[in-house]
Amino acid sequence: MANDGAAKLSKNLLRMKFMQRGLDAEVKKQLDEEEKRIISDDHWFLDLPELKAKENHIVEERSFVPCEDLVYGRMSFKGFNPDVQKLMLLMNAHKEEEEDEEEDETLSRMETDITDEEMARRYESLVGSMRKKFAKKRDRSAITRTEEDVNCNIADYPPKRAFMKPQD
Amino acid sequence: MDTVHARFKDKIGEVLLPGDVFSFRLPEDGHGDGNIKTEKIICGPGLRRNGEEVQVCKSGILRHKQPNLYWIDSQQRRYVPAKGESVIGIVTAKSGDIFKVDVGGSEQASLSYLAFEGATKRNRPNVQVGDLVYSQFTIANKDMEPELVCIDSCGRANGMGVFGADGLLFKVSLGLVRRLLAPQSEIVKDLEKIFPFELVVGMNGRVWVKAKTVQQTLIVANLLETCENMTSQQRQTLFRRVAEGSL
Repeated sequence: MANDGAAKLSKNLLRMKFMQRGLDAEVKKQLDEEEKRIISDDHWFLDLPELKAKENHIVEERSFVPCEDLVYGRMSFKGFNPDVQKLMLLMNAHKEEEEDEEEDETLSRMETDITDEEMARRYESLVGSMRKKFAKKRDRSAITRTEEDVNCNIADYPPKRAFMKPQD
Repeated sequence: MDTVHARFKDKIGEVLLPGDVFSFRLPEDGHGDGNIKTEKIICGPGLRRNGEEVQVCKSGILRHKQPNLYWIDSQQRRYVPAKGESVIGIVTAKSGDIFKVDVGGSEQASLSYLAFEGATKRNRPNVQVGDLVYSQFTIANKDMEPELVCIDSCGRANGMGVFGADGLLFKVSLGLVRRLLAPQSEIVKDLEKIFPFELVVGMNGRVWVKAKTVQQTLIVANLLETCENMTSQQRQTLFRRVAEGSL
């Protein structure tokens, strides 16, 4: 096969990447064009005039709920069922929020279970406890010392015990 | 389109009969598009699209809501399932993976057992034949069997599902249901003052009431049923009498 030379190799083989590294740019371009022609010939397309989809200006709506802005169907009065009263607030507040957003574009805050202050306090202690968890045993006591020292009396924080190279 | 809205505007508040047509010819594509803004018109219940016309198919009064919603306000007792509406259904059969629920329409709706909050294949919801369920339609058209679900798109129940260990279920007309569920409903405001109770209203005309004692439950049920044909004056006098008298 080595004696035959390039003439006997198939077209597909010649189109492979490793065979094209040695080619010139022109030959490469020709090969590319041939490939594109083959691919576009294979493509089928419909020989029809372009049809524009008719825009539908009329939309049908079968339910009364958006027409009259009906409220949520479960209701409870005078505290008969507290779960349902909570639900009433939730579902009807949803609707009111939508109306408000249309009128003024203020960002509505999400209803939170915990206030922001509680969240900040929690994160404060969380950061400290995580730091202690991953600190080495020697550093843990140093951290508790600095935490207890609220007035920042300890000057160096934290005093890292590193290896001190001897002077000479 | 100005012409369209103008034609509708003439008739807002007027009584229309089935067969009335609002027709407007839309401009051919190309020429008029620059001047005329093609706005959407939303046809509510009672109005139907027929090609490029809007036909009235129920007799009633034409109503309008900004910006482009029109519908016919009419009365009926028979419920026709519509997508997105919340209804009270009665479970009539359990077959394999679905429950058959009677919603008062022309055929029974199906409710899959996975359509409850926290339901999995192993963890089936506790629903028996004869239970009341408050659920929403996901599929409701004239060609297919209606389907119900008891969760919303986020997977939360939002108050839907089986309810009502006690209490009374009765049927009212659809017009009264809409009056009860209107945003600032007077009937509800008047009812509130009488005594504490719980109320579930389904868009299919079914109402479920529960109060502390059987008597109170019956009183509320009777009040709601009679409210239908009373003017607000009569209603208020009646409610006042009940509030003073019966308790």
